Amino acid sequence: MKDAFGIPQSLLVLGGTSEIGLATARRLIARRTRTVWLAGRPSPALETAAAGLRALGADVRTVAFDALDPVTHEEKLGKVFAEGDIDMVLLAFGVLGDQAHDEEQPLSAVRVAQTNYTGAVSAGLVCAKALQNQGHGSLVVLSSVAGERARRVNFIYGSSKAGLDAFAQGLGDALHGTGVHVMVVRPGFVRSKMTAGLPDAPLATTPEAVATAIETGLRRRSETVWVPGALRAVMSALRHVPRPLFRRLPV
Amino acid sequence: MPVDTASVEVTGWGRTAPTTAARLVRPRSYEEAADAVLDCAAPGARGGIARGLGRAYGDAAQNAGGCVLDMTGLDRIRTIDARDGVVVCDAGVSLHRLMEVLLPLGWFVPVTPGTRYVTVGGAIGADIHGKNHHVSGSFSRHVVSLDLLTADGEVRTVPAGTDLFDATAGGMGLTGVILSATVRLLPVETSWMSVDTERAADLDDLMDRLAATDHRYRYSVAWIDLLARGPAMGRSVLTRGEHAPSDALGARARREPLAFRPGRLPAAPGFVPEGLLGRASVGLFNALWYRRAPRARTGELQKLSAFFHPLDGVPHWNRVYGRGGFVQYQFVVGYGQEEALRRIVGRISRRGCPSFLAVLKRFGDGDPGWLSFPVPGWTLALDVPAGLPGLGAFLDGLDEEVVAAGGRVYLAKDSRLRPDLLAAMYPRLADFRALRAELDPRGVFTSDLSRRLSL
Repeated sequence: MKDAFGIPQSLLVLGGTSEIGLATARRLIARRTRTVWLAGRPSPALETAAAGLRALGADVRTVAFDALDPVTHEEKLGKVFAEGDIDMVLLAFGVLGDQAHDEEQPLSAVRVAQTNYTGAVSAGLVCAKALQNQGHGSLVVLSSVAGERARRVNFIYGSSKAGLDAFAQGLGDALHGTGVHVMVVRPGFVRSKMTAGLPDAPLATTPEAVATAIETGLRRRSETVWVPGALRAVMSALRHVPRPLFRRLPV
Repeated sequence: MPVDTASVEVTGWGRTAPTTAARLVRPRSYEEAADAVLDCAAPGARGGIARGLGRAYGDAAQNAGGCVLDMTGLDRIRTIDARDGVVVCDAGVSLHRLMEVLLPLGWFVPVTPGTRYVTVGGAIGADIHGKNHHVSGSFSRHVVSLDLLTADGEVRTVPAGTDLFDATAGGMGLTGVILSATVRLLPVETSWMSVDTERAADLDDLMDRLAATDHRYRYSVAWIDLLARGPAMGRSVLTRGEHAPSDALGARARREPLAFRPGRLPAAPGFVPEGLLGRASVGLFNALWYRRAPRARTGELQKLSAFFHPLDGVPHWNRVYGRGGFVQYQFVVGYGQEEALRRIVGRISRRGCPSFLAVLKRFGDGDPGWLSFPVPGWTLALDVPAGLPGLGAFLDGLDEEVVAAGGRVYLAKDSRLRPDLLAAMYPRLADFRALRAELDPRGVFTSDLSRRLSL
């Protein structure tokens, strides 16, 4: 069960090697979390991540999960929930893709969309149903500011996150009153292996800062969290910039 | 038919950690209660827990995804023995109702907490204490026997002094549903209190005064200003009292010495901005409250309700903390651990926890309930807005101090304890778990509290 500050005792990370996911898990383990499930494609990286969290004192298990294979989601995730209540699900998987390459290779662009959007829709609905049966729990969805307004440099990724964001907001409204809390987290540019080699954007942040914002959001039972918080004002301004001008902005 | 509502969001009085019960059932008879419990035991159901008036601060009377039994429908006072002072009543009867009925007959409840809006079942389940603990012990010490609906759907009469009684007193509703109880009462001549008030300049002064003269009073408590720092740290107002004898009343009050007419102010508004109760506002309130109190005054006559339940005058007072709710933290450390108490008060004062409802009191002998909270020693209760940054880790630090001093925190107020500390705080926890495993092997009685702490 979550405590008075919204800190979960059990956590399921979808995308078990996600840096933000693991930073969040570390932070929550330092507070109350004892049981962690890392869901991801079986790989040495997933096992390393699990070992790292075990070293912090948590009981960590891995489960084979592939966002691109939604047919298996119900069965794989169902097993996790059958083992006991999950207080928080962190939907952390996603790929950035390579915009230039993906524009040339539509199939590769589709993979980005399938991972970030349709995979998340399927996993999100499966988890939402299980949480609803429990009558409690938080579903934390990692969206992105890239989904707030499509940009020339990453609109394939951005459009997939826009879909995910809208889905998660709607799901949050659908689950209102069921005891399940859905929180949409919109980080800006996060310095991580996903963005390695890319130049820093303004207001760049770190996985640890996102984890801190998630902890605060859980305490406040927030529905939307921007990281850093200033992005909320920046993006609401950018959202209203006319297209001809927006195209010329160095964003 | 029991009133049956699907999907109801439930919280404790602190309004933190809301969860949704799949069903809220309000039984009106033993039979309906037994049917509801058997439903809770169905495969796939997530158990059930009894709930009274929802005054437990944390998640004791919540059951996410399961069934919550609203016991306020079982509200009959069955018999009153006005000669010997014994009442038999349903578990859903509130202490408020008992006072309304019993005071005109010259009887008072043996123990009352800071609110009279608790049910008799809840009073036993949390084994509540009051300002008279050093004299009278906890509530269940005055319970002769109770009727308990267990997981098999049977109703058992449980007399005091048995293992099942001691597991149920303070057992947070996890041994079964209390249906009714036989309670011994306290004779009173009037519904007035004769109150002595004095100020203590700091924590040491307070402890000296309490230790020296507590035994002279039936009721004793100290309000403490936890925001005062430096030499004023722990400054407090002691209020101690007795039931006033009829010859102490003035001519007007003597016409109706046993009248019980508690006043009521308007309810707290539904929306209060977060952070209204910050360090500045609470600091100001505390300073004024301290200075307003007389340095020493004896024999002041106060209404029962003003002395025992000042906050009951403001319905929904818990809303003043805003949407984020608040956390109550109450611990006890034994006599001889005054140094630990000083350290904890010092930490709270330095941290600047904006608490305006902090009280310190001395407990008397411990109570027989296995999970009953009181042990002989000092108990401090404080309230803090849950939104205070870093509060979780801060209270974890206090837990460490409490455990190191051999103390414990109160489960009826808890919403955040680290589960692995529980066994050190409650040495009879293993017995409690063993009895539950035998009596309710499938865990029909389950609450968010029991899940969180693996009770």
